[in-house]
Amino acid sequence: MELKFRIFRYDPQIDSQPYYREYSIEAKGTERVLDCLNRIKWTQDGSLSYRMSCAHGVCGSDAMRINGKCALACQKLVKDFDTNEIIVEPLPSFKPLKDLIVDMTPFFDRVAEIRPYLLASDAPEKERLQSPEDRKKMDLAIRCILCACCSASCPVVNENDEFKGPAPLVQAFRRIFDSRDEQKHERMVQLDNPSGVWGCVNHFECTRACPKEIPVTKCINLIKAEIKKTL
Amino acid sequence: MEFVHDVVIVGSGLAGLRAALEIPATTNVALISKVFPTRSHSGAAQGGISAALGNEEPDSWEWHMYDTVKGGDYLTDQDAAETLAKDAERAVYELEHMGAPFNRTPDGKIAQRAFGGHTRNFGEGPVKRACYASDRTGRVILDTLYGKAVEKAVQVFSEFSIVDLIIDNGKINGLVAYELATGELHTFRSKAVLIATGGFGGVYKTNSNCFSNTGDGVYLSYRAGVPLEDMEFVQFHPTGIHGLGVLISEATRGEGGILKNNSGQRFMELYAPSLKDLAPRDVVSRAIWTEIRQGRGINGDDYVNLDLTHIGAEKIAEKLSDIASFSKIYLGVDVVKEPIAVTPTCHYMMGGIPTDLDGRVLDRHNKPVAGLYAAGEAACVSVHGANRLGTNSLLDLVVFGRRAGKMIAKELPDLSLTENTGSLENSTRQRLEALLSRQSGERPFSIRNDLQIMMMEKCSVFRNAQDMKRGLSELESIKQRYENVFLENRSPRYNTDLTEVLELECLIGLAETILKSAISREESRGAHYREDFPERDDKNWLKHTMIVKNSTGSEIFYKPVNIFRFQPKARTY
Ligand SMILES: Cc1cc2nc3c(=O)[nH]c(=O)nc-3n(C[C@H](O)[C@H](O)[C@H](O)COP(=O)(O)OP(=O)(O)OC[C@H]3O[C@@H](n4cnc5c(N)ncnc54)[C@H](O)[C@@H]3O)c2cc1C
Ligand code: SF4
Ligand code: SF4
Ligand code: FES
Repeated sequence: MELKFRIFRYDPQIDSQPYYREYSIEAKGTERVLDCLNRIKWTQDGSLSYRMSCAHGVCGSDAMRINGKCALACQKLVKDFDTNEIIVEPLPSFKPLKDLIVDMTPFFDRVAEIRPYLLASDAPEKERLQSPEDRKKMDLAIRCILCACCSASCPVVNENDEFKGPAPLVQAFRRIFDSRDEQKHERMVQLDNPSGVWGCVNHFECTRACPKEIPVTKCINLIKAEIKKTL
Repeated sequence: MEFVHDVVIVGSGLAGLRAALEIPATTNVALISKVFPTRSHSGAAQGGISAALGNEEPDSWEWHMYDTVKGGDYLTDQDAAETLAKDAERAVYELEHMGAPFNRTPDGKIAQRAFGGHTRNFGEGPVKRACYASDRTGRVILDTLYGKAVEKAVQVFSEFSIVDLIIDNGKINGLVAYELATGELHTFRSKAVLIATGGFGGVYKTNSNCFSNTGDGVYLSYRAGVPLEDMEFVQFHPTGIHGLGVLISEATRGEGGILKNNSGQRFMELYAPSLKDLAPRDVVSRAIWTEIRQGRGINGDDYVNLDLTHIGAEKIAEKLSDIASFSKIYLGVDVVKEPIAVTPTCHYMMGGIPTDLDGRVLDRHNKPVAGLYAAGEAACVSVHGANRLGTNSLLDLVVFGRRAGKMIAKELPDLSLTENTGSLENSTRQRLEALLSRQSGERPFSIRNDLQIMMMEKCSVFRNAQDMKRGLSELESIKQRYENVFLENRSPRYNTDLTEVLELECLIGLAETILKSAISREESRGAHYREDFPERDDKNWLKHTMIVKNSTGSEIFYKPVNIFRFQPKARTY
């Protein structure tokens, strides 16, 4: 079918303002939005810039706003939209660097602040034991691919620069509920403030946006409950 | 700009990250990567990492070693297989200690499952050896090692692509990198360089690799005069999503999934009576293509079915949830109720940069190139021989990545920084300028597409001399077209058009080494199957193929296989 793409274009070093450029292409309903972008780039306009790599929703490179919603271009099919016009924009709340590419550095810095690694002392000779039930607590959170769809969709992130945002909180959840981690307490203290979990006001926008179907808001609420219970 | 570092590691997949963690914090290390570290393709690994932990049933590293050798159709260097299998337990426990969230057995140990070609008691039947975290094992290990690198404050140059390696007089001097954000070329001078740039499935049209797997490090080493080993051994994974190539992990068959042809027959029973659907990948991929060629694909089409419907919703949710989600998203298939349409997809390169057991890159005379190291899929140790077993790659990355890191740390005091001999990036700068000033020509996409289709048709699962020679002459015209490649995007900022053109040179160069190595090997072994030479020929061909550049193009020479324990036997499953 014939599709019209309206794509956000911007090179802050040249353009005084962003603008939208239209492209029309032929695409099948079962094709990915990423396939369409590639077709545009490879056959019509090589100057279009966006990030992508794995093309099947595991690397987290191609998060963008597609018809108003944050999503991975490689996980959305043409037939998922009931219109022939697809509008593609960079992630909101992030600084645009060129076309669909945004500055991810502050996002990764936020993730680094929560110390995204196991904090535990001596290890036994073999594996540390962990019951399947304990392991299960992390099961949904370990799906996170750091794509930032959640943080970009969060209204609080948009207004409040200090708020850590949902993705770093998912990373924190994963460690707080890892029975092997020994700094659960310190991790919760770090989040027990308005830029931590209490910044979240339950909009559920993050949960709706997450392409890996992680119950993001629920994870945040579980941290809140744990803080209330133990701190 | 010029950067000076003691060590430069190129590639931030598991191999590069694991090596980086091994180098003392006092050393000045730079980690360069084309994509942000957690975007590396190691994160796509689904099924598992092997180690004979024996958590689910009795197992031993010796069985693992034997399977690795036999799986590689006896081309595997046995000292490498021994190192891999012996070190596996330690390596997996170490990942667990670092925090990798493996699935667990009821008694809290790391859970394990069956995988193709992994057997108990030297081939008796399948054994549960693959340690896994649902079907996102690679991703969680990548996140774990990335977290460790954050903790260690490793300096990362993200979205920097290496475009040239400078090797002089048998010693590495440094490299040239292109910065995507600014379009600038940078020189990195260093005492040691580790190449961990991964595979190059992008040579083929249907593949399970990411777009950034274009084998840059392997090709740039070759261009700089390093030989490449066993390039003809290209693994096609039996089960890629039909039409897309996206991988459906072997873990599906490890958990009981069955391949079926158009009459619903479990055809693997005919090809591998004892391991059936869990035979190694080369065997299963050939079986699928044979079924398709003989008209037994589904509806006569070019795919077969992978049936998981008897596994049950609960087990699928617990162990194969990503697979279920890929099938839902891309095929609209609910795997609990319907089969998945699959066809073989190019997956893994057994060949690559020749190294010793400690990552040291070996030259034409089998001597280390001072300061140059390689690890991971880019390297050829050779631990996978003519066919890699599933779950052995992740293990290879952490075992040999660590060993390379250790060796770098050990050799560093004896390595020196070459005096500044002027800018290393001049020749690259001239090439880029020529490219950017060209006023007309052909877009890179059509050239790449034709290359990938040619390689699918002429040099994939079934091969013969006539087709491959035709392929080589088509490649000549592709090379000529590349001379005239045209870039309409001249922007210095995030010019991914430009990086794609540079990557295309790598793909073309590597395709040539694959074709030439494959033409020269007149026998069938592992993933290299010759219709005109259907038998394995140990008398003449139990040796590694080496290809190296020379003044007239390239030449091929051979290297013996290290065999000290398991003598070659007929390979049946
Ligand atoms: C879909 C899929 C599933 C798999 N599942 C399994 C499994 O279950 N078990 C298993 O054992 N194996 C599996 N494999 C194989 C295994 O994942 C790969 O062989 C392995 O991840 C390669 O790791 P690596 O560290 O060598 O390279 P990669 O992880 O591919 O990383 C390459 C790195 O090099 C960088 N790079 C590349 N070119 C340049 C350049 N020019 N300049 C700078 N940086 C560059 C990239 O940015 C990246 O960081 C799977 C492979 C695929 C494709
Ligand atoms: S639930 Fe919390 S984190 Fe998620 S979008 Fe709403 S405010 Fe943001
Ligand atoms: S929680 Fe979901 S949306 Fe947020 S970064 Fe992780 S995968 Fe992306
Ligand atoms: S390209 Fe990797 S998530 Fe879409």
